[in-house]
Amino acid sequence: MKFKTILTLVAIALTLGAISIWVGQLSYSWLPPQASVESQLIDNLFSFLVTLGTFILLGVAGTVTYSVLFHRAGRYDLSDGPHIEGNVTLEVVWTAIPFLLVLWIAVYSYQTYIEMSIRGPMEMAHMPMASSIAPALAEPIDESVQPMTNIEVEAKQWAWVFRYPEKNITSTELHLPVDRRAHLVMRSPDVIHGFYIPAFRVKQDIIPQQNIDFEFTPIRTGKYRLRDSQYSGTYFAAMQADVVVESMADYEQWLAEARQKSPSPAFNQAASEYAAREQKSAKAGWATIVPASPPIVNYHP
Amino acid sequence: MTQIAPKKLPIEADSHEELLSWRRYFSFSTDHKVIGIQYIVTAFFFYLVAGIFAMIMRGELITPEPDLVDRTVYNALFTMHGTIMLFGWMFPVLAGFANYLVPIMIGARDMAFPRLNAVAFWMVPVFGIMFILSFLVPGGPAQAGWWSYPPVSVQNPTGQWLNGEFIWLLAVTISGVSSIMGAVNIVTTILRMRCPGMSWFKMPVFVWTVLAAQIIQLFGLPALTAGAVMLLCDLSFGTTFFDPSQGGNPVLFQHFFWFYSHPAVYVMILPVFGIFSEVFPVYARKPLFGYKVVAVSSLIITGLSAVVWVHHMFASGTPGWMRMLFMFSTMLISVPTGIKVFAWVGTIWGGKIRLDTPMLFALGGLINFVFSGITGIMLSSVPIDIHVNNTYFVVGHFHYVIYGAIVFGLYGGIYHWFPKMTGKMYYEGLGKLHFWLTFIGTTLNFLPMHPLGLMGMPRRVASYDPEFAFWNVLASIGAFLLGMSTVPFLINMVSSWIAGKKAGDNPWRAIGLEWLLSSPPDVENFEELPIVIAEPYGYGKSEPLTENMG
Repeated sequence: MKFKTILTLVAIALTLGAISIWVGQLSYSWLPPQASVESQLIDNLFSFLVTLGTFILLGVAGTVTYSVLFHRAGRYDLSDGPHIEGNVTLEVVWTAIPFLLVLWIAVYSYQTYIEMSIRGPMEMAHMPMASSIAPALAEPIDESVQPMTNIEVEAKQWAWVFRYPEKNITSTELHLPVDRRAHLVMRSPDVIHGFYIPAFRVKQDIIPQQNIDFEFTPIRTGKYRLRDSQYSGTYFAAMQADVVVESMADYEQWLAEARQKSPSPAFNQAASEYAAREQKSAKAGWATIVPASPPIVNYHP
Repeated sequence: MTQIAPKKLPIEADSHEELLSWRRYFSFSTDHKVIGIQYIVTAFFFYLVAGIFAMIMRGELITPEPDLVDRTVYNALFTMHGTIMLFGWMFPVLAGFANYLVPIMIGARDMAFPRLNAVAFWMVPVFGIMFILSFLVPGGPAQAGWWSYPPVSVQNPTGQWLNGEFIWLLAVTISGVSSIMGAVNIVTTILRMRCPGMSWFKMPVFVWTVLAAQIIQLFGLPALTAGAVMLLCDLSFGTTFFDPSQGGNPVLFQHFFWFYSHPAVYVMILPVFGIFSEVFPVYARKPLFGYKVVAVSSLIITGLSAVVWVHHMFASGTPGWMRMLFMFSTMLISVPTGIKVFAWVGTIWGGKIRLDTPMLFALGGLINFVFSGITGIMLSSVPIDIHVNNTYFVVGHFHYVIYGAIVFGLYGGIYHWFPKMTGKMYYEGLGKLHFWLTFIGTTLNFLPMHPLGLMGMPRRVASYDPEFAFWNVLASIGAFLLGMSTVPFLINMVSSWIAGKKAGDNPWRAIGLEWLLSSPPDVENFEELPIVIAEPYGYGKSEPLTENMG
């Protein structure tokens, strides 16, 4: 290869690299606020993959565009291009480099995963059902981390109910103290639901008749949205709840307040939509599973 | 292949010749070319139906509130959109391409089992019409998504035995049987019916990719079909395979489903890789770069595709070691696919490029595919998947693969072989208009789904929070544009088939057995079986492809 060619290639690679790094930095702004430890880790990994992906996309698209612009056949040119069947060196290179990149991405992803130390149900879903009935709250899985907030989550068609077992409080809004690891035990009586808080970048399916352990650490106060992420039937889209992350003092105060309140029915989007639909004389839709009646809880907004 | 096939196959040659008019397309024909076109046209009808469903959904999603249709209707629409697009459009149209092209590319007079072929085709309108008629049963059609995960799918709110989900499962089972029949036929044809001299490394890449894809059908479809039958038993006959309240395991169904339904994506995209590999050399006037590696990498994809399905279940309660294992196996798929992408870029490089409609669609499909491959790697990474799993990011990725790459490749293939199939030339201007409308529509429709998913909008929702409105409006406009883009295509196909210019046998000056035949080919394809002496894609070399033809 001529020196000039090498110089051109290097210059192109540097330009593409600069653009890719810029897009990779930009990628943080495509995501919701980083409200948990997990979100920082995931966003860094995502930014890395965006950088790499931009480089590859621009490289391929750039080469194709160059060919289309400069290697066009003339209007009356019926000749063939050069008879090149392949190039072993090139083929080895473009097999080896993607393989190494894949290894790199896999190792980085693995490290991120370990750092997140996700407490999914792990072996639970693949073990005989009997073992999963054992009370999961009895022993926190890892005691080396900070003290935990234990909360029971019930997901049903179509409502979220949160129970704070230590204070015996129920709520339709999830309150969490900031900077403390939250430990959830999630249950579903009917179908599979998905526990998903985009600002925390955490998601876990709740398999019916199982206790699903789940952990994460919120680090930013504010109000976020919890959504059902596993399609659960007619009012799936309406199955949302607010998540409030607050300082320890505010959290304690909220617990105390909630404790004063006697349980009353909360507003439930699915139940109220269903009631409205049933009142109409002309039925617009098809038969549906009847939503659970609005949950009766101590606290609801 | 050294085996010499008999001069004339004993397949009711007489009845073939009686049916040479247009009526043969409405008959129980056993001619692979007729069946191929029957498949493609029938599939296109279902494509339009499922496309209308998509446009109604995008109409609903243009505002955050659920105001256009009832939630049950929306859920039925996305279920039937996905189902009909896959089982009514994708698999049949690809079976159509394989049927039409494989025999004439390998120098055979028909498929190995012509009657089985016809039976497999005629099951398509049967299950397709079942899907559509399920809108009329009480309780409406299935509303559990095309995954049909239990327990949602077996809840059956009407309480009647004849319900949408029942028909859905029955139709999916029939579709599975039809595709297995097709796969047996296609694999046998490729293994046993190649003309003299057509050794493995003289086969066009399209044939390689079809073989790789149909092998997946053979090992994967039985799992899905069995899963569908078990779910049907749970729904209608009181079994509890997947019912958690009776000791069943709903996650087991997810394994049955994805064991086939992830490799199914390779069933769809592999033949499109084949189409790319046929189209690029013709319109760049260069041999396919690294032909043998491209051919063999298809089979590597087949092998890897059998061990990646759990990446759909990273949030389903999958143990950590399984998450890591399937993350790595999924990422590995990018190596053989990367080889193909670089080979196509190498083919184009330094060629004599002509931007006819097939080439435009192939180039657009290539760029879209690279994009979807990159988002695919992101999805395979467990930590990222935990965030974007079941969000619009996945919907965007999937539609970039299925529409941006596969449908683009199919359109390219239709334009490329249209002169061969009909003997007529399509209108180039309309073709280019079709391409640009499709490309802009695709980008506008599916690109905004990525930011939506990253922001945390779940898929399958009939309503959403107002923060997602902006990108949803863009996506909806893109969807309507895509709907309109089929108009110039339909006008082009119908009018040029009826009144187009005669195309000649080889309008693209392409190299390949099919281009040595008349357009359209005779009933028996080859009067005398060809004896192949050269590798495919001999552009720039001017050597004969066969000893005895052209």
